Amino acid sequence: MSLQNITLISFGYFEKDILEKIAEVVKLEFRSSLNLKEGHIDLSEYYDPGRRQYNGNKLLKHVDGLPLAESGKSLGLFSVDLFIPILTYIFGQAFLGGRSGIASLYRLNNTSYGMKTDSKLLQTRFTKEVIHELGHTFGLIHCNQPTCVMRSSTYVEDIDQKGHSLCHHCRKEIGLV
Amino acid sequence: MAKKISILIVDDEESVRDSLYSWFIEDGYRVECAENARKALTILESDQFDIVLADIKMPGMDGLEMLRRIKAHKKDSIVIVMTAFATVDTAVKALKDGAFDYITKPFDPDDLTHLIRNATKQISLVDENETLKKKVVSLENVEDLIGTSEAMKNVLREVESVAQTNSSVIITGESGTGKELVARAIHANSPRKFFPFVSVHCGALTESLLESELFGHEKGAFTGAMYNRKGRFEMADSGSIFLDEIATISNKMQVELLRVLESKTFIRVGGNKEITSDFRVICATNKDLKGLVEKGTFREDLFYRLNVVNIHIPPLRERMADIPLLVDYFIQKYCTSMNKPPVAIDPGALKRLQEFSFPGNIRELENMIERAIVVGDGRKIGLKDLPLEKTIVNSSAESLDDFERAFILQILIKYSWNISRTAKALKVDRVTLYNKIKKYDLKPADQQ
Repeated sequence: MSLQNITLISFGYFEKDILEKIAEVVKLEFRSSLNLKEGHIDLSEYYDPGRRQYNGNKLLKHVDGLPLAESGKSLGLFSVDLFIPILTYIFGQAFLGGRSGIASLYRLNNTSYGMKTDSKLLQTRFTKEVIHELGHTFGLIHCNQPTCVMRSSTYVEDIDQKGHSLCHHCRKEIGLV
Repeated sequence: MAKKISILIVDDEESVRDSLYSWFIEDGYRVECAENARKALTILESDQFDIVLADIKMPGMDGLEMLRRIKAHKKDSIVIVMTAFATVDTAVKALKDGAFDYITKPFDPDDLTHLIRNATKQISLVDENETLKKKVVSLENVEDLIGTSEAMKNVLREVESVAQTNSSVIITGESGTGKELVARAIHANSPRKFFPFVSVHCGALTESLLESELFGHEKGAFTGAMYNRKGRFEMADSGSIFLDEIATISNKMQVELLRVLESKTFIRVGGNKEITSDFRVICATNKDLKGLVEKGTFREDLFYRLNVVNIHIPPLRERMADIPLLVDYFIQKYCTSMNKPPVAIDPGALKRLQEFSFPGNIRELENMIERAIVVGDGRKIGLKDLPLEKTIVNSSAESLDDFERAFILQILIKYSWNISRTAKALKVDRVTLYNKIKKYDLKPADQQ
């Protein structure tokens, strides 16, 4: 069985082939058709000078309001540092059981932690984050299985610990089994 | 997640409420939001939440005032306070007022996760503690009060419901029915269980001795009072005092007792300092206290002060169904204490026990079993080991026919239903004995 159509919308600059590779994995994971699109947005409107970060709540609302998000699920991909008012940062967020989500690779990059960049690791982490947020849009909550991609991750190290696939229970929850 | 944890978010900023709501929903919690403290308190009146996450600075009632109100209503609530303006003073104030923890906005996602995880751990520990406490309570009940008859189940139900209260209790019942055991069970299942249970046998003491025993005395109060001595009321502070045979106390002691029960204060014999003690009174009597009040030998005011709850223990003859259980219990108890292997009881002997009227109630049964284990062959308790034959005639005969029936049965049992030997012992011929057996429908125990 396949799920609804998924649209990944990139906002800002990304390495050339990273998005295509992520799209391939996501497509296989959800067994759905996938569109990769470019979005255009003036990010300065979402910038909070006090926190030097971008407001994740407002960006999520923007993605949710895009006309192309009306059919299937949409996920906005960013490369800037995201926050929500109550938390110092987020990797991404989504409307649980809704149509949209957002994810950023800013805090997934080793350079954010004073280390040498690792493109392969960055791509793996971003893939997991994209699948995780899409999982929320399909109504999945955090999973206790250590290897399930829906396991809650508050640090990049947590993301590295889990796999990039949904566990059997989560797959069953959304009708993939 | 075994139990779905519920969280109430209280913050005047919509964006904060929305962010936290989304965060917790993704973790599988049940979440509700309130935009101010008043609304939160209204929600808490009709719904229960495991965790309340509240902002300190809100218009109208602030988070600290709300915390105090929640704690006054439900002491073990878990309230986590959050603020954007962290000062040590506010944090200390919140924690002193009973907040579970304190967090400064904006939080690190990991801090928030850990905070909620710690709170849920605390909730499961409290739940586990409650479950274990209930298990301990039920074990205490089962261990001390034996019986599955409806009469005994009623007593257990009454013990359970009265234990949690602070009311005075009068336990009535014939001698040997286990009144002290019931009193101990009430204490053991009450919130006072970790404090003393002090027992006083009022009937065994003279008036002056009882006074000194209950209130204590000062050095030199009377001849022989060489040291200060604490009274039983003082010893029972925070616990329970059991006054057995309460009907036997003198009029003067009744007045004294009433005064102590009213004020919970007293003065030691020969002393002048007022002592306060917080105790619960449980009394027992085998007399009809109300009848004594009518006769004027027991004070009416004291009777009503003591008789808030009355638990009546039925005599053993009214709950014969419990005898096999009690017999097993006493066999196990005495075989263990005498270091003997467990013995069985002959079905015939058990049947005879169930026919016996037990004027001395459970105490008599217990003594019988103890004796049988001492004098028996160590394998099986038989009829010969039980001192039933001497007393059976006196205990149940109400008419000449009853007497004759019981006497013939006694002799038949003595001679193991040998008709010739029984007839010879009764000095009647065999035909007469057969007629009597037929008339009274007598049968050996194993044929009934």
